[in-house]
Amino acid sequence: MIAQLPALQVVIPLIGAPLCIILRRGTLPWLIALLVSWVALAIAASLLKQVADGTVISYALGGWLAPLGIEYRIDVLNAFMMVLVTGTSSIVLPFAYKSVGKEIPEDKHYLFYSGFLLMLTGLLGMAATGDVFNVFVFVEISSLASYAMIAMGRDRRALSAAFTYLVMGTVGATFFLIGVGLIYAVTGTLNMADLAERLPRIYESRTVLAAFAFISVGILLKLALFPLHLWLPNAYTYAPSVVTAFLAATATKVALYLLLRFGYTVFGADFVFNIVPSSEVLLTLALIGVVVASTVAIFQNDVKRLLAYSSVAQVGYIILGISYANVTGLTASIVHIFNHAVTKGALFLVMGCIAYAAGSCRLEGFAGLGKRMPLTMAAFVIAGLSLIGVPLTAGFVSKWFLVLGAIENGWWPVAAVILITSLLAAVYVWRVVELAYFRDPPADGAVLTDPPMALLVPTWILTGACVYFGIETSLSVGFAEQAAHFLMGGR
Amino acid sequence: MEVLGHFNYWIVVVLMMIGFYALIARGNLIKKIVGLNIFQASVFLLFISIGKVTGGSAPIIAEGIEVYSNPLPHVLILTAIVVGVATTALGLALVVRINERYGTIEETEIADMDSAP
Repeated sequence: MIAQLPALQVVIPLIGAPLCIILRRGTLPWLIALLVSWVALAIAASLLKQVADGTVISYALGGWLAPLGIEYRIDVLNAFMMVLVTGTSSIVLPFAYKSVGKEIPEDKHYLFYSGFLLMLTGLLGMAATGDVFNVFVFVEISSLASYAMIAMGRDRRALSAAFTYLVMGTVGATFFLIGVGLIYAVTGTLNMADLAERLPRIYESRTVLAAFAFISVGILLKLALFPLHLWLPNAYTYAPSVVTAFLAATATKVALYLLLRFGYTVFGADFVFNIVPSSEVLLTLALIGVVVASTVAIFQNDVKRLLAYSSVAQVGYIILGISYANVTGLTASIVHIFNHAVTKGALFLVMGCIAYAAGSCRLEGFAGLGKRMPLTMAAFVIAGLSLIGVPLTAGFVSKWFLVLGAIENGWWPVAAVILITSLLAAVYVWRVVELAYFRDPPADGAVLTDPPMALLVPTWILTGACVYFGIETSLSVGFAEQAAHFLMGGR
Repeated sequence: MEVLGHFNYWIVVVLMMIGFYALIARGNLIKKIVGLNIFQASVFLLFISIGKVTGGSAPIIAEGIEVYSNPLPHVLILTAIVVGVATTALGLALVVRINERYGTIEETEIADMDSAP
């Protein structure tokens, strides 16, 4: 049983999805999704425990041995990602019961949970697999499910947002596929470990360079690095609250994981940083992205949209850490992948609470909410502080490592940009807080109150996590450091 | 000869550019899906070309045949075609829903309606 865990991790959600369609009545699909997600979390935790000491689990799917068969390869980095993905879904699904009940017509619930599980399958598969073509298949599974989920939003703009995402996402995935084809043409293998052995001999080949370019652009489109982020703001703004929270916390993060995996494991750090000028390109795009997206976020009138632009900026921070090309920077990126997932998850769940009570997340609707919805807004303030990077919150830990990494390289201006853009984050969080706490609610508006416990408890679990991981860092930083050393070790 | 010998790769490049151009330049959502399909088809062709071995026959064991084409890229592309069909179906379904809610499938008109409050 233990030996089969890597496969079960992906197969259980995959089986759960059609089960939701078959048992479509009432709350059954939700129960199945919840159960599947919790089981998946238990599996991910058990896998992480097994690989925590640096061992690598290699699982031959269907008994076909690598490199001919598809191999699932679990190491500390992707086990950590799988815990993050399943952990988020396990917290978001209890929230979904009430939130989806209000935002999506009842006859579509079973489709929603089925789509949710497919998304989960895709993300877990992307993390677990050690085969580059298999990555493409799982990218498409999760992407197709997420296009459909975004289109379930109430606003009709959700449909055009989903269509834009579909077009850009498919172009990204197809670019990735071109890259896979090119490296297969020169190496004759699709297995990541095999590729890592064969590629160094042909680093100077133009085909490898082209493959690297196609694969990185494809992945960067998926993870929404500026200027490839154009699909993200509308998709996050108009998707149902639960979908936004889950996508923001996991989808871009797993794409970031793929970037790390391809950069360090498949192509190798030597190729990525010494032969191709990745460091310079990523540094430039990340810095512009952080500054532009943070500035644009300040001028948004819909808080969900504001947070979406902030997500683009945070992706910039994560890429910034990778561009340092040192262990501290890489640790900062992995920690920020985790901390930002927790923080943004909490913030988008708060948006879900407000959408539940008020029906929209327009900024003007926040006036006086601090008194009307004290528990909800308190969660927003704490998670908002973590987004800015105030000490004692998770956001501070990752920004600390980011600044340390910049100083280690002697890049003082970069450290300055990190601090200045944190101030920009303070400005956009403050805009919301100021309205909520220092303005009176409109006299004629409906009286809003805190949403039911079913929504508040998951929100507060993630908000609590923002503080917990700001104080007790042995879990997040510990695994991130280990993963960073593992990647830098060239394995 | 060098150029002609790679004519299927040239077709891949030309198709890819036609598809990509249609995807970007056309405002009609259906035409965008068509562009996306041409773009994907070019990649399918690229994979199939990679698998072809000069003088090789179909990869079925038979007497008197020594050289076989590599079947793996072809199998990969079967999967990718399925993914492509699913993407097209979902994209067309979205276009139908967009037409229902907006009453148009022209990108600029949709953008105008979105920016209007």
